[in-house]
Amino acid sequence: MKKARVAVGGTVHDAFEYKGKVKLTDGRVFSEEEVEWLSPVEPQTVFALGLNYADHAKELSFSAPKEPLVFLKGPNTFIGHNAWTKRPDEVELMHYECELGVVIGKTAKNVKKKDAYQYVKGYTVSNDYAIRDYLENYYRPNLRVKNRDTCTPIGPWLVDRDDIEDPMNLPLRTIVNGEVVQEGSTKDMIFTVPDLIEYLSSFMTLNENDIILTGTPKGTAGVHAGDEVVTEIEGIGALKNNIISDKEFA
Amino acid sequence: MAKARSLFNDLYQSTTVEVETATNQVTHKNNTHQANDLHWRVPVSGTVYGTALNYKGQLEQMGDSLNEDPYKAPPKAPVLYIKPINTFTPHQASIPLPDGEQELQIGAALGVVFKKTTTQVEADSALDYIEGFTIVNDVSIPHESVHRPAIKQKARDGFCPIGPWVIQAEDISNPDDLRIEIMVNGEVKLTNSTKNLVRNVKELIADVSEFMTFYKDDVLLVGTPENAPIVREGDTVAIQIEGIGTLENKVEAE
Repeated sequence: MKKARVAVGGTVHDAFEYKGKVKLTDGRVFSEEEVEWLSPVEPQTVFALGLNYADHAKELSFSAPKEPLVFLKGPNTFIGHNAWTKRPDEVELMHYECELGVVIGKTAKNVKKKDAYQYVKGYTVSNDYAIRDYLENYYRPNLRVKNRDTCTPIGPWLVDRDDIEDPMNLPLRTIVNGEVVQEGSTKDMIFTVPDLIEYLSSFMTLNENDIILTGTPKGTAGVHAGDEVVTEIEGIGALKNNIISDKEFA
Repeated sequence: MAKARSLFNDLYQSTTVEVETATNQVTHKNNTHQANDLHWRVPVSGTVYGTALNYKGQLEQMGDSLNEDPYKAPPKAPVLYIKPINTFTPHQASIPLPDGEQELQIGAALGVVFKKTTTQVEADSALDYIEGFTIVNDVSIPHESVHRPAIKQKARDGFCPIGPWVIQAEDISNPDDLRIEIMVNGEVKLTNSTKNLVRNVKELIADVSEFMTFYKDDVLLVGTPENAPIVREGDTVAIQIEGIGTLENKVEAE
């Protein structure tokens, strides 16, 4: 099942996909455009991976990491499907990053790879924008690059784990203004979903609804005010986002 | 006496108490207790953000290395990190020493607690967004490098004691002039002051809220002084911040 959190009629609802539309738990059905999409789970602890696709690491002139490069994101940065992300006018390099998001289903500590999928609730799509102008070499990538308000669209759906036969073999792509600009496959991840769950849970407790954003393949490039950016993963969803200049946003 | 928001024993919501911050005595409903006689809970529930390299002494100690690989240049923007919820633990709870580790490093931080949504505020009005102040022990597995996010060193379970309470802002006349002490087993191991911050409290709030929003009950650690002491299994570590109180925890095997 594909689930969502949406706002309709002044309140927040749990919803699910029904014949290409959005059905609320009270039975009402709306089109995608009639609802305000929220993050499919309320973000609490959210991990993101840097350089987790060999081709992307190479593109950025880094050798592939020996240990996962993990950073954390705060609730402020997340927005839902069909929303607006603000872009500072002063920057040159604001990059989209299409990523598979893994939502944890229950408390996890010292989980082994072979058991890892038991701890997964489901999957979603994220666009983990980076403003590369603000990269510095302290706790890189720092929060000014990766934790800006509105800069992490996520959704539209949380897709149940068992509906995805092999999460490590999913085509993903980014489409800017109708043109495919990034294409890859989750099979090219350096650290797979089970690797990451084993790694993180080996030194800290993961909780239900924690999210792991698993990194992006090669093909990241700049976006500009007015662009429509769709990040899409086969079987999981197409997450649409619009870029707006921060002056216009204000 | 200072006014504090606190959560202890079987209270189901925060309550206001009077605190004698020099002695950690708490007065609630006309009864006075030693803080250690009560069972404390973490007084905040928002996101905890830390600031690295915000003490002048830390940058001085790094010296020329700030210009060398991998850093290449001194930091321009605040260097931030997140202490996730699995790290939160209250006054008097034990700090778990992970298997295979012998030593932990103690970061003594003044924690700014926000009282309302804080976005793109100017330094001049930044203090208006503060509910109060708490003490945070930013525990780490000792590490030198600040090149990559230190999740494995800083995000372990129980690595963020917070509390015991939130002293209300009206009772802190100047957050940029508070003495900080770390005591290990009763012996003073570090003394510093928030007057040595690179960015003071209001400048830090302004520079961070420029690109990210704080919500009510979020916490911003203003930094941890240089020469962070090392502790081992069985050590009791206490952080005292002037006007706020003392946060005490014991290191125990995980």
